[in-house]
Amino acid sequence: MTAVAQHKNVLDIEKIRKDFPILSRKVNGKPLVYFDNGASSQKPQSVIDATNKYYSYENANIHRGVHTLSQEATSAYEVVREKVRAFINADKSHEIIFTKGTTDSINLVAFSFGRTHINEGDEVLISAMEHHSNIVPWQMLCVEKKAKLKVIPINDDGELMMDEYKKLLSKKTKIVAVTHISNSLGTVNPVKEIIAAAHEKGIPVLIDGAQAIHHTTVDVKDLDCDFYSFSAHKMYGPTGVGVLYGKEELLNSIPPYQGGGDMIKTVTFEKTTYNELPHKFEAGTPNIAGGIAFGAAIDYINSIGIETIAAYEHELTEYALQQLNTVPGIKFIGKAKERASVISFLLDNIHPYDAGVILDKMGIAVRTGHHCTQPLMDRFKISGTVRASFSFYNTKEEVDVLVKGLHKVIDMFK
Amino acid sequence: MATIKEIEEGIIEEFGYYDDWMGKYEFIIELGKSLPLIDEKYKIDENLIRGCQSRVWLYAQLEGDKIVFTADSDAIITKGIIGLLIRVLSHQTPDDIINTNLSFIDRIGLKEHLSPTRSNGLVSMIKQMKLYALALKTKML
Repeated sequence: MTAVAQHKNVLDIEKIRKDFPILSRKVNGKPLVYFDNGASSQKPQSVIDATNKYYSYENANIHRGVHTLSQEATSAYEVVREKVRAFINADKSHEIIFTKGTTDSINLVAFSFGRTHINEGDEVLISAMEHHSNIVPWQMLCVEKKAKLKVIPINDDGELMMDEYKKLLSKKTKIVAVTHISNSLGTVNPVKEIIAAAHEKGIPVLIDGAQAIHHTTVDVKDLDCDFYSFSAHKMYGPTGVGVLYGKEELLNSIPPYQGGGDMIKTVTFEKTTYNELPHKFEAGTPNIAGGIAFGAAIDYINSIGIETIAAYEHELTEYALQQLNTVPGIKFIGKAKERASVISFLLDNIHPYDAGVILDKMGIAVRTGHHCTQPLMDRFKISGTVRASFSFYNTKEEVDVLVKGLHKVIDMFK
Repeated sequence: MATIKEIEEGIIEEFGYYDDWMGKYEFIIELGKSLPLIDEKYKIDENLIRGCQSRVWLYAQLEGDKIVFTADSDAIITKGIIGLLIRVLSHQTPDDIINTNLSFIDRIGLKEHLSPTRSNGLVSMIKQMKLYALALKTKML
C-alpha cells in the first residue's frame, strides 16, 4: 500500500469539514466551494473559540502586569512561541519572533539585516517567482543603499534554474531570499539545496514560507535556513499574526526593527538599551488574541498531522490536475515536477476575471489576477491566471463542481 | 435624445426579463459586443483605468455640447458593464453627467460590482467618466 492510500483512510473529511463552520454556508445560493486557500485558509471552531475565550476571560496586556490576568495572558501567549518552535523544530523559542505576517517578517529582515549588512554595490538575490512582499522590501533597500537586486530565472515549467542560481552567487551577494513554494505556480523549490549552495559562500538565506508551512513539514534545523517567515492566517489561524524565525546569532547581530514598548531594557532621553530576544523585535502590544488563537491552529494541525495533510492534498491535487486536463482549451501555468496544491491555469482566451465572476455565481471561490506576482506574469507574457488552491478540507466532489463550472464558463464566453 | 433617467429606466426594464444571474450575465456579455469601441490610437496608457483585474480604456470627446464616450476592455463582462455606462452617459451634457446619481446598477442586481474589491469595477469607471465631463466642461467655457 502506498503512503497516500494509507493516509486516505486516516483522514475523515466529513468530520474535518464540520470543524470549519464556514464550509457549510452557501454563496449565491450554492454550497461554498472554497478554492482560495492560497490567499487565506478557513478557521476551525477551536481557533474561533480560542479568540472568544481570550476576550471573554483572559484579556490583559502581556509582559508587564503583576496581576493574575496579565500573568495568565503572558503565559498563554508565550506557550504559543514554544508551540511554534516545536512546529518548525527550531533550537530555541527566542528564535521565534512574532510579527504581523510574512510581509512584516520580510520587511523586518530587509530593514534590520539589510541596513546593517548591505552596502553600495552589494547584491540581494531573489527569484523570478517571488510574491511582491519578497520583492518590494528588497527593492526599497537596494534603492536606499545603492545595492543591486538580482533575480534567479525560471524555466517554462516554472522551476528555478539552479545552474543560473549558482552562477549568480558571488562575493557581492549579501543575502538570498526565495520562496519555499510559489503562490502562483505551486512550484516547490529545492530550498535545502539553495541554502547549502549559498552557505558554501557564506551567504545567509531567507525563506518565504507563507505557502509552505501548512502544506509540508518545515524543519528549520534540517533546512539550515537563516530566516524563515510565515503567516498564521494561511495555516487555519487568525489574520494579523506571523512569524519570523531567525538563527539566534544573526538576530543578536542586527538592530531592532521598530522602537517602542516591550523592546527596551532601559530608556533615558540620552540612550536606550534594547531588550533581549525575542522582545527586541516585538515593539508595542502585540496581537495577543491572535497569537493565542494561532496556538489553537497549531494544535489543530498537529491533531491531524502535517504529513497526513500533505499526503491528502497531494492526492487531491493529482486528481484535480487530471480532471482539469479534460476541460477544453485549458492551459496550465506552472508545470513543476515538485508541486504543492496550487493550480494556475487559463481557459483559451477567456479573461481570468470573466471566469472568476461566473464561478463566483456558482459558489466557487477561486483567485483571479496576477496573485501579487506581476514580474512572474510578465515572464509568462500573461496578465493573470485563474488559481485554484486546495486545502485538506476540500474534496474530490468539489473539484468536480469546479470542472463543471469551467464548462459553464466556456459555454458562456465561446 | 433621452435623458439619463429615461435610459436607466429602459435598462431596468430590459434586465427585468431575466430572473436568474445567468440570463443577466449572458445579456451583459451580449452588450459587451455592441460597445462603442475606442479608436485604436486612443488605446494608450493615459486612457487606461488601472485596476487589479481587467484593463479598461476609456476616451471621451465633445460633439457639440454633448460628451461621447468610447471604451474597450480585455475582459468581456467588463466590456458589458462599461457598455451599459456608456449607453446611459454618452451623448449627455457635462453638467448632466457630473450631477447624475446612477441608480440602475443597484436595481438590475449588479451591486456586487460596486464593491471596493472589484477595483476595476463600476466605481472607478463612473469616477473617470465624471472626471472627463468636468475636464471637457472647462474646455467649453
